[in-house]
Amino acid sequence: MAYTEKELAKELETKKYEYGFTSDFESDVIEKGLSEDVVRIISAKKNEPEWLLEWRLAAFRNWEKMTEPEWAHLHYTKPDFQNLHYYSSPKSKKKLNSLDEVDPEILKTFEKLGIPIEEQKILSGVAVDYVIDSVSVKTTFKEKLGELGIIFSSFSEAVHEHPELVKKYLGKVVPPGDNFYAALNSAVFSDGSFCYIPKGVKCPMELSTYFRINEANTGQFERTLVVADENSYVSYLEGCTAPQRDENQLHAAVVELIALDGAEIKYSTVQNWYPGDENGKGGIFNFVTKRGLCETAAKISWTQVETGSAITWKYPSCILKGDRSEGEFYSVAVTNNFQQADTGTKMIHIGKNTKSVIISKGISAGNSNNSYRGLVQMNNTAANARNFSQCDSLLIGDQCGAHTFPYIEVHNKTARAEHEATTSKIGEDQLFYCNQRGINTEKAISLIVNGYAKEVLNKLPMEFAIEAQKLLEISLEGSVG
Amino acid sequence: MNTIIKIKNLHASLSDGTEILKGIDLEVKAGEIHAIMGPNGSGKSTLASVLAGREEYIVTEGEVEYLGKDLLDMKPEDRAREGLFLAFQYPVEIPGVSNINFLKTAINEIRAYKGEGPIAAKDFLAMVSEKSKLVELDNKLKNRSVNEGFSGGEKKRNEIFQMAMLDPTLSILDETDSGLDIDALRIVAHGVNTLKTNKNASIVVTHYQRLLDYIIPDVVHVLWNGKIIKSGPKELALELEEKGYDWLKDELITD
Repeated sequence: MAYTEKELAKELETKKYEYGFTSDFESDVIEKGLSEDVVRIISAKKNEPEWLLEWRLAAFRNWEKMTEPEWAHLHYTKPDFQNLHYYSSPKSKKKLNSLDEVDPEILKTFEKLGIPIEEQKILSGVAVDYVIDSVSVKTTFKEKLGELGIIFSSFSEAVHEHPELVKKYLGKVVPPGDNFYAALNSAVFSDGSFCYIPKGVKCPMELSTYFRINEANTGQFERTLVVADENSYVSYLEGCTAPQRDENQLHAAVVELIALDGAEIKYSTVQNWYPGDENGKGGIFNFVTKRGLCETAAKISWTQVETGSAITWKYPSCILKGDRSEGEFYSVAVTNNFQQADTGTKMIHIGKNTKSVIISKGISAGNSNNSYRGLVQMNNTAANARNFSQCDSLLIGDQCGAHTFPYIEVHNKTARAEHEATTSKIGEDQLFYCNQRGINTEKAISLIVNGYAKEVLNKLPMEFAIEAQKLLEISLEGSVG
Repeated sequence: MNTIIKIKNLHASLSDGTEILKGIDLEVKAGEIHAIMGPNGSGKSTLASVLAGREEYIVTEGEVEYLGKDLLDMKPEDRAREGLFLAFQYPVEIPGVSNINFLKTAINEIRAYKGEGPIAAKDFLAMVSEKSKLVELDNKLKNRSVNEGFSGGEKKRNEIFQMAMLDPTLSILDETDSGLDIDALRIVAHGVNTLKTNKNASIVVTHYQRLLDYIIPDVVHVLWNGKIIKSGPKELALELEEKGYDWLKDELITD
């Protein structure tokens, strides 16, 4: 594929941005637009095996026939898919073994984000797989995890080193043609993370990946695959930051979780991408497909704190296939200014005695719109299945909207689903009461919001919970008077 | 004696222009307890709210000097940080925020305003344990969400507990006796009396004389139609109890 090399040589100039910061290191970008050729280039650049290229192409052909979903309670100008870059990677030719080999510009970016690698390595015992734009720069603690047989690497690395695992599980929970954005991701995904926990192993540390969108106009198509083999356990953290910018950015990630018999996966996300300015200009479009599959007596728990993005379209779901399997969804979604979020979950009960819990806390401020959309489906095979759902909305001010769209389908007489919903407003009376005790309005809102979201924040690992609390505070700054 | 608060010709209206306070003059000195009595709708609670800085009232005229500063120029939270405390007639519920966390936040905000660091956890807990005894506040209530599911009496006791924790210079008790049975009334009064020093002062707003059996005021003022129409020693309260407010009205008219 000689012509590919020619494409590779092409370099687009790195734009400077008016707002926020962008890193200055060299990037390697494919020209705008999406075609079968682009899919081939991406695959070739990553030196992928034939089966994966075929898999991508099948997804692409699927995507071409699909149309963007319009059922969500969201209003935006659809992205022009031919006006986006589908690949960009920091230019680094050789494999890196130590931090010294990492581009100093990249290290600087980490510092700005407040996640110094060294400190994280030494202090927190968290193995971090950094993703800047698309290529994983450095995987730490890999050897330590390796001793337990745990695989935690970039997706592309896994494709080469553990092709049998990737081939076996990729697309098993989110098939390439699942939905418009999942199909797009399947065709052009650039990189992401892969994690495998062997039978009976409890992963001793929280596995964490930081994503960051960096290249101007680059759609981000991350792919995450977590496989927990029988009776294993893993807690996985995903945190996202992005530099501010004055342009919409598309992000369409796919996360697949597979919990085999008796395994447990805890997946936590704090998402704080640029939400656009106070007039609703700019911000990230986030269309994510996250789904987990539970085999017998397995458990998957999704916890998310969503504060960023101009548009959020995201429904982390559980397929409770095995008997006695459990699914959980804990969510706090904050929207301020002109942000829009349509988020929730799907709990599909197939096995007997399956259980699911949904706790969703929406917080709307400014002119924003926040919707919970959820499906609890109990198939006729799901004898004695149980679900409890609680969907609360908190309003700040009188220009915002909160909406709840719960769908409950029960096809088995012994199954039971409970749904509770409340809507409340932070009242002037509450704020004045706090003021009168010496607490200013901003602090009062953060106190009330954190109290309201406590049930969900408590589900996050400690350091993450603190970070999330701060985020809630920052996200709601200036939301009152 | 030092003046804590000096109110001069205070007028306040609702946003629709309805005038509620029509020229209040009042001076409270350190070590004093002033009672403000009056029939419903006379403006008692409005006065308390205006002093605390509630936005729904617009001050149209007059001035208020608090510890030598212009009170009306201060934000509500700064008034609180400067030691002005309002015990609410209807304390609000704040779901999800524990009583303890709420107070700790308040104390630390006040300390930060004064340039002090956050209170040590140990000192804070010792203070909680000491002050809660004062109003016989149930231990369980400390960890419950602020006022959520509290009975009327518990809410009022919680107000006095907060007052004890924040150690204000000027406390304004707005109808703290309303809805209290005699035992709760005694407990609340005991709290207020114990907290009294020669450096602080209280304004007790009440409809009934009953509370004043337990909290002995130095001066009693009668508020009627937005004005203080009579001030006198504690015996005035008894006279009001006996004769009602009408005799004052008559007196005012004949004047």
